[in-house]
Order: sequence, then C-alpha cells, then structure tokens
Amino acid sequence: MLTLLAALPWWLLVVLKSVVVLAIVITTFAYAMLFERKVMGWMQLRPGPNRTGPWGLLQPAADALKMMFKEDLIPRTADKPIYLLAPFISLLTAMGCFAVVPFSETSGALWSVGDVNAGLLVIFALGSMGIYGISLAGWASGSKYPLLGSVRSTAQMISYELAMTLSVVGVLILAGTTSLSGIVHAQYRMWFILPQLLGFAIYLTTAVAETNRAPFDLIEAESELVGGFHTEYSGLRFGLFFIAEYLNMITVSSLATLLFLGGWSPFFGLTMIPGIIWFAIKVAFFLFVYIWLRATMPRIRYDRLMAFGWKILLPLATLNLIATAAYIAVVG
Amino acid sequence: MRNPLKNLTALFVGFRTTFGFLFAKQPTIEYPSIKKRHAPRFHGLHELRRYENGQERCIGCELCSIACPANAITVIGTENHDGGRLSPGERGAARYEIDELRCIFCGLCEDACPTDAIVLTPRFEMADYRRGAFVYAKDRLLVPPEAGVGATPVNPANGIPADLGTVAQRKSTVDPDQGYDATHRGSILKHQRRGLAG
Repeated sequence: MLTLLAALPWWLLVVLKSVVVLAIVITTFAYAMLFERKVMGWMQLRPGPNRTGPWGLLQPAADALKMMFKEDLIPRTADKPIYLLAPFISLLTAMGCFAVVPFSETSGALWSVGDVNAGLLVIFALGSMGIYGISLAGWASGSKYPLLGSVRSTAQMISYELAMTLSVVGVLILAGTTSLSGIVHAQYRMWFILPQLLGFAIYLTTAVAETNRAPFDLIEAESELVGGFHTEYSGLRFGLFFIAEYLNMITVSSLATLLFLGGWSPFFGLTMIPGIIWFAIKVAFFLFVYIWLRATMPRIRYDRLMAFGWKILLPLATLNLIATAAYIAVVG
Repeated sequence: MRNPLKNLTALFVGFRTTFGFLFAKQPTIEYPSIKKRHAPRFHGLHELRRYENGQERCIGCELCSIACPANAITVIGTENHDGGRLSPGERGAARYEIDELRCIFCGLCEDACPTDAIVLTPRFEMADYRRGAFVYAKDRLLVPPEAGVGATPVNPANGIPADLGTVAQRKSTVDPDQGYDATHRGSILKHQRRGLAG
C-alpha cells in the first residue's frame, strides 16, 4: 500500500489525500452536527432529532437538502462582491487548516496532506484569516445586526487570539518545534497537558471564543443580534458559514489533541489500537466538551467577555509563558 | 468574579447537572407513535349519540346551540313522522353542525343537553388543510347505529331518557385507558373525506 502510494507523482498524492481528508472531515461535520443536537437534547431532557431515519441518522442529509433548496437572498444594501466572497473565505480557511494536521504517525507522509515544519503557524494564520470571512460578511451585508456582529467578532477575535497564541507558546518552548508532528513526538514521554495544565485551560477557553461557540458566541447572539454576522445570509451561503464553524471546531479540537493530549499517541501504551483511532477519540472528546459547554453555560455578557479576555486570560497566559520559559532556562 | 473559588465550584455543579441529564429518563412522549393516556373526561371532538335501537338521542331542541358560548353549534330541528323517524320524540335534528374551529371545548353543550345526545369524546386529532373540513355535520358527528346506548324514553312525549346524565360518562366509543385508538382514527378520516361534499 505504502509503496503503491509512493509510486504516484507527488501532486496526485496530495490531491488524493486532500479529497479523502475533506470527505472525512465533511462527514465528521455532518455527524458532529447531529451529535451536537442529540447530546444537547439529552442534556435538556429531550430526545433530539429522531424523525429522519433510524435514530435521526439521516438528519444531516435532510438539513443539507433544505439548505440547498432555500432561497439565496442578497440584500439590496449589500456590498455584493464582498457579500458573495465572505462565506468562501470562511470555508476555505477552515478547510485549509486540515492540510497540515497530521492524523497519525507520519512516517512515509501517509497520515497528513502536508506535514510542514511550521504547521502550527499555518493553522493560526489560516484561523486569523477566517475571521475576515465573518467580519466582511457582517460588514458587507449592509444592515445593522450583521454589522454589530462583525464589530463584535473583530474585537473578540483580537482579544482572544492573543491569549490563545500565548497559551500555545508554552508548548512550543517545551517541544522546541512548530511542526505539529514534531510536537507530538516531543510528547511521547509525557503529554503536555501535565506541565502545561494552565496553558491547556487557557487554550480550551480561548478556542471556544475563537470558534464563536457558546458561551462566547456573542457574534451570532440570537437573543440580541438575530443571527449576528450571518443574519442576511440564507440557503447555501449560510450553510457555508455553518460548515466553516464546525470545521473550525474540529480544527481547534485537533489542535488541542496535537498540542496537549499527545496527538495519536495511545493511552496506557495501548499500541495495538492504531494512532488514527486514538486521534479520532481525542478529537471526539473535545467536540463533546464543546457541546457539553454549550448545553451548560449561558452566554456571557459582552463587557465581561472582554474583561475576561484581557484581565484574566491574557495575564494568565503571559504568566504561563514566563514560568515555562524560566523552567526551560533554568532546568534545561 | 468576587469569589473565584465559589464561582468555579458553581461551574462544576453546572457541568455535573447537564452530564447527569445525559443519562436521565426523558419525559418526552413520542407522540404520533406513542399516545398519551387521556383523562377520562377529556374534552375533545363531539359525538352525537344514539339509543340502543339506533334512534338518535337528539331532539332538535337547540339548547346546546343556546348554551354554546362560542356560537359554534347550529341546529335545525324537524318534526318526526312515523314513516321515517330520527328520534323517539316529536322532534329531531334535521341538521346538526358544529364548527370545531369556533368551539372552545368547554362542554356546556354536553351539560345543556336534556337527552345526553351531544357528548365530548377524548378525540382531539382534527387537523386538516381545509377550513370547511372543520364544520362537522351529522354525517361525522353521529355514532354508528350499532354504537347506541340506553333504552328509548318510556314516555315519548316527555322525551327524557332514563339514563340521563350518565351517557357522557360512558364514552363507549373511545376507551380512555387505551388513549386514542388508531383504528378509529382511520374510520374518522374516511368519514371526513366522505363528509366534505356536504
């Protein structure tokens, strides 16, 4: 199998791997959505979707069909080219992140599309680009609520991205590399969640804010802003934002797995289970935490969100960074 | 943020609560497939009763129509003739119509009826796409002849049945313990389709 793949020209291999990864990730998105609605339902003492197919398993297909046949509405006041472009910025950056995620041990470069040595930076860069999608969508919609949503998104992203990046620098110092597979290799002795518990907590919190998920979903706070940045979007264009949001969720979950939970490295030395399964289990765990969080926490007030980001998370992340750096400098 | 430790414990209590609900029994009744057991005197769709010999209980007195706070009932009475009598008394209902969209299901018609002819059943699934389908006439309100209960009044001129006041309790066509019987629903639908022309 490996030799067969190695015989292919590199570009064909990349295309093949991209298609496979996207297919898997989009399927994961579809069922993450169903999973979220199911788990949220159970947590709220109701069964969740159960009418489409056994156990509601066809719900994603039904939703996709609904999205496709909805009217694609463009407001008269919209800045048309940007309005049309915005969802694609969101989606493409969200999809692009998976190009550098190593899903398992990458010997022979089988388990990632491109295991670049600056993988972490690529993901952060693409993540920051994705915010343009949201900001521009709100701006170009030409109406009030989306604008408020996009203003919020800009402020929130800047505040939380700082703390997020700082929380990850601790891991970089410990691993000494920005290559995602290199970071995982550095964790074979000990997962970074132990020395970087604070960094992990900060990362998890800021990741929720970065992906606009409850309780930090101020950007699309339906109780105040109708739908926030995507108020004016309908049909498939809204669907693209929706996919992007979930892909971002999967990305930050993958990143949390790679940076803190040892990526594909197994629990208790259970090496007979392949690395990809371990990776999937860990990502699924983070996705569950996301849903759990959404079902538990009420949306935070905007000024408190800002205060929390700047006055608590950022100082804590800085402290974590300084402590880690000092430890490495002293102990080595 | 005044007491961070207390806030943090509150956070964990919240997470524990939602996680506990994950495994709790859901109170949801999956309605179309599983139906809830009704209270025995649930006020639902009306029914016009008959005596056990098949004659209609309704004597066309319009008391239900007068009692109705929503003006939902229209009764047009007629004289009975020995040739083709509707009811044991002198009069019967030529037309009896209830607009179920106006009806507030208070049951005052049931109370007003001197012969226990009009009775509220526990049936409640009356949804339809057409407004006109909610005006129920005799063709859909009357129970089938074999479903009649009670003997006709001894004195037809007086017209008061012996079992007055007990018929409403004997909602014989629907078993309240079984909830809403699915087979009956089919027959109602058939009736509806037939009744629409009239």
